[in-house]
Amino acid sequence: MHREPRSREFYLLAIFFAVFVVFLYGPLSAIVILSFQGPNGGLTFPLNGVSVHWFTNLFETQAVGDFGGAFRRSLALGIMVMVVTVVVALLAGLAFRRRFIGATALFYLSVASLVVPSIIISLGIGVLFQQIGLQPAWYSSAFGAQLTWTLPFGVLIMFAVFNRFSPAYEEAARDLGASSWQTFQHVVLPMIAPSLVGVGLFGFTLSYDEFARTLMTSGTFNTLPLEIYGMTTNVTTPVLYALGTVTTVFSFLVIAGTLGLIVHLNRRKLRS
Amino acid sequence: MVTITGSDTEKTEDVRQKSFRLSPSAISYLQSTPLTVILGAFLLIPILMIAVVSFWDYDFAQMYPDFLTMNYTETLGSWVTWKTYLNTLKYAALVWVITLFIGFWVAYFLAFHIRTTAMQMVLFLVCTVPFLTSNIIRMISWIPVLGRNGIINSALVSSGIVSEPVEWLLYSDFAVVLAMVHLYTLFMVTPIFNTLMRIDKSLVEAARDAGASSWQILLNVIIPLAKPGMAIGTIFVVTLVMADFSTVQVMSGGQSASVALMMKNQMSLLQYPAAAANAVILLILVLMMVAGILRIVDIRKEL
Repeated sequence: MHREPRSREFYLLAIFFAVFVVFLYGPLSAIVILSFQGPNGGLTFPLNGVSVHWFTNLFETQAVGDFGGAFRRSLALGIMVMVVTVVVALLAGLAFRRRFIGATALFYLSVASLVVPSIIISLGIGVLFQQIGLQPAWYSSAFGAQLTWTLPFGVLIMFAVFNRFSPAYEEAARDLGASSWQTFQHVVLPMIAPSLVGVGLFGFTLSYDEFARTLMTSGTFNTLPLEIYGMTTNVTTPVLYALGTVTTVFSFLVIAGTLGLIVHLNRRKLRS
Repeated sequence: MVTITGSDTEKTEDVRQKSFRLSPSAISYLQSTPLTVILGAFLLIPILMIAVVSFWDYDFAQMYPDFLTMNYTETLGSWVTWKTYLNTLKYAALVWVITLFIGFWVAYFLAFHIRTTAMQMVLFLVCTVPFLTSNIIRMISWIPVLGRNGIINSALVSSGIVSEPVEWLLYSDFAVVLAMVHLYTLFMVTPIFNTLMRIDKSLVEAARDAGASSWQILLNVIIPLAKPGMAIGTIFVVTLVMADFSTVQVMSGGQSASVALMMKNQMSLLQYPAAAANAVILLILVLMMVAGILRIVDIRKEL
């Protein structure tokens, strides 16, 4: 397979892959371009002049509802979900390294959490809160609803990480007289740190963009995706695209920053 | 940053517990408690609640505890329900076939035709990044492309291929399936890529040395070994499509229905017991599909 001249199969598949990438990014770039539509432009091409009119429009409250507040709530919720996902998934990953009664049941419960349709979780939590007399809110019911989506991903990733993790390093540390806390802090944690950052990224982005589970559970105040979902039916100006561009650029920045951190951690791991 | 300090504090507690000399299995229980509690409170109890409520009575404003099978008989007795389920299954089948095809070839290209690991990771990330951005934005981004005055129609009309804009591009089953493929393909690429990367390259070399052609290697070596990845991808894609209401609503322009969309409409009319009965039926259907797939593949081994 190596060092052979590229086959015809390679070029066919390379073209297929390139088309796939265009398919993924093409529509997104249409939105970005259209968000710079002139003040009299509509929702489709052609561009009627170029302006940042719709971006300034975005920050005038009456135009799109409470964009700033929705963004702040989504950000706070994303960080809450991220922290809990990383901590709980790490602990569960450590637990699954040993056999314990109920481990299989808990594992399949996590898988079930992934496959149960989101709207059912949304409905169930909504009805549950209603029956015990609690007011649903983004920081309680929606927070829990989102965890049923992010935690299984975190647990599956930690499961995969520890499947590949050789216990030899820990045994070596223990032979050198390290306590179990020291072994965890100086041996295990640095080795799995990049994966933990990855789990954190998953937790944050899945929460930041989630809306099916949040729909019936967010209470009075909308998160950003709910705000955008509402806009798809009643906003007919490119301000919708401007909002899309802003949140997408924010997502890209978060992803780029996290990948940078992972690369940095891996470099440090190699050096030491 | 936050993630690491977060796990630090949690682990400090863990160590304190260890200094009391807890048995290893006790530690495992403590470590798995947060996960159990969260999934219990926000997954198990809500689903039990739905099962209970599905037998309740309701009027335009409230629900009344009761034990009626009316919600089920009404749901299952309605011609609309069956049509909606069939429509949802149709979407699931179409999206599954298309994402499996795309997902396999993309993963195969990355795993067997890209020579350096660094390049593999870069290209894989290129595929992954859009999936970490907003689903709704990615959905509505098709509107200026497919719409009556959209990019495709303008191109078709101006090049003279058609005289009138094509109407079925947007607000149609075609648009729904296209958007779902766009949204969910990565869930097929990732598990297949994962299994393909674990295939021992010497197996392929051995098959080649034994005189197998590229096609024979693909059909008799690679595809059989990729089946677990395909199964996991199938679970993701099928359950995501079965649960979808937003793509169907936005991309069909309200002309098509899915089970989840039907549930959402019942909820907005406060017909919670009816929605709950629907939820139970949908849940049983989805879990049966997943259980069927899990008979083929052991997820724990594939991670």
